Amino acid sequence: MHLTLEFGGGLELLCESVKIHNVNVDLPKGADKLSMRDLLAWVRTNLIKERPEMFMKGESVRPGVLVLVNDCDWELSGQLDTTLEEKDLVVFISTLHGG
Amino acid sequence: MEADSKPKKSGARLCCVCNQNRAALKRPKTLEQICRECFYAVFEEEIHQVILENQLFKPGERIAIGASGGKDSTVLAYVLSELNRRHNYGLDLFLLSVDEGITGYRDDSLETVKRNELQYGLPLKIVSYKDLYGWTMDEIVKMIGLKNNCTFCGVFRRQALDRGAALLKVDKVATGHNADDIAETVLLNILRGDIARLSRCTSIITGEDGPIPRCKPFKYTYEKEIVMYAYFKKLDYFSTECIYSPNAYRGFAREFIKDLERIRPRAILDIIKSGEDFRISTTTKMPEQGTCERCGYISSQKWCKACVLLEGLNRGLPKLGIGRNQGLNSDGKKDRKRDSRTPSIESKQCGSLEF
Repeated sequence: MHLTLEFGGGLELLCESVKIHNVNVDLPKGADKLSMRDLLAWVRTNLIKERPEMFMKGESVRPGVLVLVNDCDWELSGQLDTTLEEKDLVVFISTLHGG
Repeated sequence: MEADSKPKKSGARLCCVCNQNRAALKRPKTLEQICRECFYAVFEEEIHQVILENQLFKPGERIAIGASGGKDSTVLAYVLSELNRRHNYGLDLFLLSVDEGITGYRDDSLETVKRNELQYGLPLKIVSYKDLYGWTMDEIVKMIGLKNNCTFCGVFRRQALDRGAALLKVDKVATGHNADDIAETVLLNILRGDIARLSRCTSIITGEDGPIPRCKPFKYTYEKEIVMYAYFKKLDYFSTECIYSPNAYRGFAREFIKDLERIRPRAILDIIKSGEDFRISTTTKMPEQGTCERCGYISSQKWCKACVLLEGLNRGLPKLGIGRNQGLNSDGKKDRKRDSRTPSIESKQCGSLEF
């Protein structure tokens, strides 16, 4: 599944200072859809190059990291259970850096 | 990258205010689902009401916005200039930045402030540690190492902002401290037993007895909404952690607040409320406010902290003024009362948030 991932608010520093990543994520084995839970695990393994604890806590993002799916707050779409579709845009923004 | 045109997801919901557009975020303060346009409106209106209710500004005043180039001060500059126009506050707004002299951090964030100067049409004044104190943070760190450097930076920044404000001849300084910052500071002051700061850290205006008061128009504004606002409006801000800041203790408090927010977003406003409603026992000794004998800045000691630290740097004794040993102030002690609980700034990991 083709997705565009964007990292901001300092999170880009965890993935070699690249803000926008066009990625192709395989569906988990036996699954017919991709959830945010799956995507986060994929991001952690494939994109985050340092200090993963700045990005994740448990299976979710670290509190203070905002997530938007197609410019919509993921708190409105079920957070980890949000289902992703082809060509979705997922944005992660840290609120924890600087003032 | 507008995604509005994309087919609606199964769970797409409508804004609970206008009932027309797709909701774009959940407001932490009210848990409402709200669309982008309605969000802009309520976000700005709430800040306007806070400004009115607390009489933060008077017509004709000159106001400096403490601008670091970060999200909070960038949104503050944008919103204040917008509200000033929309509601005819009659304010002369300025951007005021402090250049601590940190290569790879402040020089980059100052570039952001310089762009903001043009984008928002607000005159910018930059005051530097080098000019004010003769030292950059890079030079200070070279001399003292990475321990206690935040003490120097915090103490110097506070004065630098006041001195810059005096140069601009402003009536007040507005800072971008948000509700999350204030809740965090309430907790920190409790954890440190810092009663003096606990009692004033929730005030929306501070230093009214001093030369230049400060105010916090974002006192009740959630960090999440500030960042969402900046994101949706595509505001230009800088977000890199200071290269010298370990920020350990404050970091724990911050993380704790964020954990609480996830479970119950109201917690942030409730902590602020708790801070406001504390009644300090009248038998608690408070540090007495005086003025520094050397530079005239407010101080509860013979010399202000900046002068003590500077003296240490210039004499090659950078430990002066760090920790319990008050250095210069302990010899030639005057009558000034010193409570053993007078805040030791040493415990303060990073001075970027001062109350």
